[in-house]
Amino acid sequence: MNKAVTKEEKAMRRHMGLRATRAISNTVIHILLIVISIVWLIPFIFITLQSFRIENAMPVGYVIPHQWGIDNYINLFKSDFPKWYLNTFIVAVVTALIQTIIVLCMSYTLSRFRFKMRKPLMRFMLILGMFPGMLTMIILYRVLADIGLTQANAVPGLILVYVASSGMGYYVSKGFFDTIPKSLDEAARVDGASRAQVLTRIILPLSKPIVIYTILTAFMAPWGDFVFARYVSFGTSSGMNVAVGMYNWLNNDMITTRYTMFCAGGVIVAIPVAILFMCLQKYYVEGVTGGAVKG
Amino acid sequence: MKTYSELEYLRLSKWQKFWYKFARFFCVVIPNGIKNGVFAIGRFFKKLGLGIAHECKDIVTTFIYGDWKTKVSYLVMGFGCIARGQILRGILFFLFEGIFIAYMILYGGYWLGMLPSLGKLGPAEEYDEVLDTFVVKYHDNSFRILLYGVLTIFFIIAFIYTWRVNIKQNKIAEGIIKSGKKLKSGKDDLRSLVDDNFHKTLLALPLTGIIVFTVLPIIFMILVAFTNYDGTHNGYTNNLFHWVGMDNFNTILSWDVGTGGSVQSYAATFGEILLWTLIWAFFATFTNYFLGMFVAMMINKKGIRFKKGFRTILVLTIAIPQFISLLYVSKMFSLNGIVNGILKDLGWIKDAIDFWGSTANNGLLARVMVIVLNIWIGIPYLMLIATGILMNIPQDLYESSKIDGAGAWKQYTKITLPYMLFITGPYLLTSFTSNMNNFNVIYLLTGGAPTNAAASAASGSVGYTDLLITWLFKITTGAESQYNLASVIGILVFIAVAVISLVVYGVLPSVKNEEDFQ
Repeated sequence: MNKAVTKEEKAMRRHMGLRATRAISNTVIHILLIVISIVWLIPFIFITLQSFRIENAMPVGYVIPHQWGIDNYINLFKSDFPKWYLNTFIVAVVTALIQTIIVLCMSYTLSRFRFKMRKPLMRFMLILGMFPGMLTMIILYRVLADIGLTQANAVPGLILVYVASSGMGYYVSKGFFDTIPKSLDEAARVDGASRAQVLTRIILPLSKPIVIYTILTAFMAPWGDFVFARYVSFGTSSGMNVAVGMYNWLNNDMITTRYTMFCAGGVIVAIPVAILFMCLQKYYVEGVTGGAVKG
Repeated sequence: MKTYSELEYLRLSKWQKFWYKFARFFCVVIPNGIKNGVFAIGRFFKKLGLGIAHECKDIVTTFIYGDWKTKVSYLVMGFGCIARGQILRGILFFLFEGIFIAYMILYGGYWLGMLPSLGKLGPAEEYDEVLDTFVVKYHDNSFRILLYGVLTIFFIIAFIYTWRVNIKQNKIAEGIIKSGKKLKSGKDDLRSLVDDNFHKTLLALPLTGIIVFTVLPIIFMILVAFTNYDGTHNGYTNNLFHWVGMDNFNTILSWDVGTGGSVQSYAATFGEILLWTLIWAFFATFTNYFLGMFVAMMINKKGIRFKKGFRTILVLTIAIPQFISLLYVSKMFSLNGIVNGILKDLGWIKDAIDFWGSTANNGLLARVMVIVLNIWIGIPYLMLIATGILMNIPQDLYESSKIDGAGAWKQYTKITLPYMLFITGPYLLTSFTSNMNNFNVIYLLTGGAPTNAAASAASGSVGYTDLLITWLFKITTGAESQYNLASVIGILVFIAVAVISLVVYGVLPSVKNEEDFQ
């Protein structure tokens, strides 16, 4: 009997020990995660704080402004910033719409149809994707310059280039279409629907997540594009997007007067995009994980 | 190299196993990958040749055995179709031929004729009667000649293809009429575009875009690598450019240090940057991969609260455009930036640390910094991906391993890691190659700084954190604008990426044995 008690006690103790170690490890992990979160948030907190600093406009070694104010935001709207913002917004909206249509056409076709050139076409695009895109920019810039879509007219030029090659990014949505059972198509075909009707009546209503994912990524990309937009606007302020315009503010000769304005601009650009992203986060996560699993 | 059977392999010690695998990878797997790649290219060309030969034979036999309508169609495209009542098709064929001939006579002939020389007459001072003085007049434009020359060749290929289709149509139509069936009318053709041939309708727009805005520029830039197109030969306003054969490749790959007083050869510079590109890609990929997986596992652990909150905070870095976050972080670490300010206030350092400018140890500090800051950028993506995959690992694997006495570490190395690697193999490969071309992170963080003095003397401004892709960009934007050398670098990057992809793709377990984990 005595023995039995000790056994029970031992089990009990081990149980308590396990619980204790788990509690300790969970606490450690909590602390680690909080530290990570702080590290990840710091730049965003700093940039917001600095956008309200008005005692000087240079980069400084302290975080909390000595004098608070919204002068930077007021100056921002007196500069060319609203024009850049509008440019980027137009490019982003139009690109998102057209690119989504193109990507869906491409991925749906490659997922559903079995034609002779399908495999060679996919392999060809894989190889094309291995060329550094930077190279093609030089010539695309010259071509756009030839047809007058650079500098002040950069917006349509940018849209044209973003949209034109977007068919190459079909992987994620093809992976999604692959998961929709083919029997649905076949049933509709038996009922006399044409291929086009199958797409518009059956597949599209089922594809909400991937459509939203495609729109979201297509909408976000122009906000960050920097290299090609700089080529195309080529020093003409009215044709710049936010990235190009604000990059110039951090040049050595401008940084002392425009640094806090850059911070304010960053906040203004980031807030709507981030809010939109956060609202549609679910779809983004689905797309990203799906894309990685299927390769 | 000696190949062990499975039993012999199992008898080896842990270290022997490791060395065996290691040696095998370099002695067997990589050569095999390259061999397979070469064979695949060979097979492709063999197939292409046989296909063309077959088509030619078919064209000849169709002409010999076809009726007069078919024979006329060899000259007047679409004639057979119209004569047999397929008006719509016939008109389209005929129109295409008309446009092609008109284009070739009006423009195509000129572009094509100029292509071998890329222009004969450069800008020159000529007497102008109106102004009564000598003014510079511009003539041929090498850039346009090359561009439109390539476009004309595309057009010719498209024409030959259409001509071939036109002949095939005749042959098929003859066959259908002989068997007594009805030919398809124009209405049927239109209907098939939304039905049986719907894929052609869907692909028309995307493929046109890709051909015009991706394929054509790439071919153009490959051709530029064989010309002397640069700032002093811009093809129009100062000098024409011409074909120079392999000269640019010889320049980039030469160890010559003498000319122009340069201290470092192009080949050495190229090798240095390529090495750093590979090191960067390796660390950028794998630090993100393992740390991202680690963070995902921490967040997903049982008993952790605010899972969603932590995830959202991390995802914020994806949501905010990179040019804001990267540029701002870059300035945070600048000489008079916040990080130095805080460290000084804390009394940890006396003089500001020059994160981006220090050239000690080949810019080691800046190199480590970009890798560390890239973790900040990359972990959220990996966290999302890993979360999705971790949730799919069957929980009973963990439970049964626990009963067998496996600890957390053992579970990780024996279950989680193999599963993750298996699923994300292709993703790892693509992220490695896209890191090799990761322009944004490097350019926005450092712009390539700190300057690599020795390499810069050879070619423009080269920094220690410059990747091949940022180097390429700098070469094209500097005063010299060496587009020709940039193209060569681009081609070499392509070759590097293609070889790595080909070899790794061949050895990926998820490609070889797809069923393992299913």
